[in-house]
Amino acid sequence: MCLSIPALIVSIEGDMAEVSTGGSIFKAGLQMISEAKVGDYILLHAGFAIQKISEEEAEETLRILREIDNALNGPA
Amino acid sequence: MKYIDEYRDKNLIFRLADQIRKSATGEYTFMEVCGGHTAAIHRFGIPSLLPGNIKLISGPGCPVCVTGTDFMDKAVAYSEKDDVIITTFGDLMRVPGSVTSLEKMRAAGADVRIIFSGLDALGIAKLNPDKKIIFLGIGFETTAPGTAVTIKKAELENIDNFYLLSAHKTMPAAMEEIIKGGASFNGFICPGHVAAVTGSSHFSFIPEKYRIGCVVTGFEPTDLLQSILMLIRQVNLNFPDIQIQYRRAVTGEGNILAQKQMREVFEPCDAFWRGFGVIPSSGLTLRKVYERFDAGIAIPVKVVPHEENKSCICGDILRGSKTPEDCPLFRNLCSPENPVGACMVSNEGSCNTWYKYKIT
Repeated sequence: MCLSIPALIVSIEGDMAEVSTGGSIFKAGLQMISEAKVGDYILLHAGFAIQKISEEEAEETLRILREIDNALNGPA
Repeated sequence: MKYIDEYRDKNLIFRLADQIRKSATGEYTFMEVCGGHTAAIHRFGIPSLLPGNIKLISGPGCPVCVTGTDFMDKAVAYSEKDDVIITTFGDLMRVPGSVTSLEKMRAAGADVRIIFSGLDALGIAKLNPDKKIIFLGIGFETTAPGTAVTIKKAELENIDNFYLLSAHKTMPAAMEEIIKGGASFNGFICPGHVAAVTGSSHFSFIPEKYRIGCVVTGFEPTDLLQSILMLIRQVNLNFPDIQIQYRRAVTGEGNILAQKQMREVFEPCDAFWRGFGVIPSSGLTLRKVYERFDAGIAIPVKVVPHEENKSCICGDILRGSKTPEDCPLFRNLCSPENPVGACMVSNEGSCNTWYKYKIT
């Protein structure tokens, strides 16, 4: 029920956006997001953007995961 | 898809599973409280990647599952009225009330419409000025702000045929009930999308007051495994803490704007949870200033309280004390096609998930 999916903002009109995810376009209310712009990724939940996705943090999580990977597979 | 595929990387998944096996030196039980996590854990086969000394149990985080029969009976009673259109998320359609479900009412001719967003319900209200539109508000802190925005929009646009039947709930009090109930576990896999709104600080009372570790977690397989690893480390170090694994969507303070919307429209109330009974201050009801949108006040209906099926153990499952396999009805009288309890109806319910994914 709390399912939320990452979606890309493709256009904005007033407090509504069109967002794209998995090849489908949905409407998303932007009433809870400040400074949303086209090109941002948001979490789409029940027709609303509930949070912006942080590109920086997303990369950082992957970096940490790859570090675990390297630590296990690095030179003995 | 960006922000999904990279967190499903097979190599990373197997490496994380290796690391978990090496780190898990004791016995561990972790509870996921979010129904989305229950579904993801089984869909991605996470238990099969974990050693036998790590057990995952499910908690009360599926809003459909914890909604009482009484709420469904009220929705059904409204759907019987000729001048009412019920608008609901699809999740509630098949949930059995004490006698029937919304799906069966619709088949019998009631006007029950599945919507994607509260704003869709508002659109239906504008198109049908001679009808009363009742929106079934269900969900936790993730969903309630959207309902709040919808109510404020109805107020702003002076829409006078739109009403809310609220079963919105908040998580912390239920998590506290589980701890007080004596369930035995070492850590919470905390709901990532609730925390996207509330911030991780919403759960910080748990390690502080009860010394149980919490990791706010995303919904992809590497997210879940990384969180399990973080929880194992907290247990090994005997240092229960609130940590965020799902950093791309969650901060300590959360979405302030969403919290503000929710606070402006709703106030806490006591709420009934299937499996728990009434938990004080765990529900959300409209504030006095928005009372005219409250379906319960504007269009009162009476329903007769019914006892739930005594053989159904949804309640014990929601408290984490039993699993679906312990239920005499599971796979027997109760299946997704013919659900007895709500945990079998919802795609995120433990029983439904076990039925679909668990190989026995």
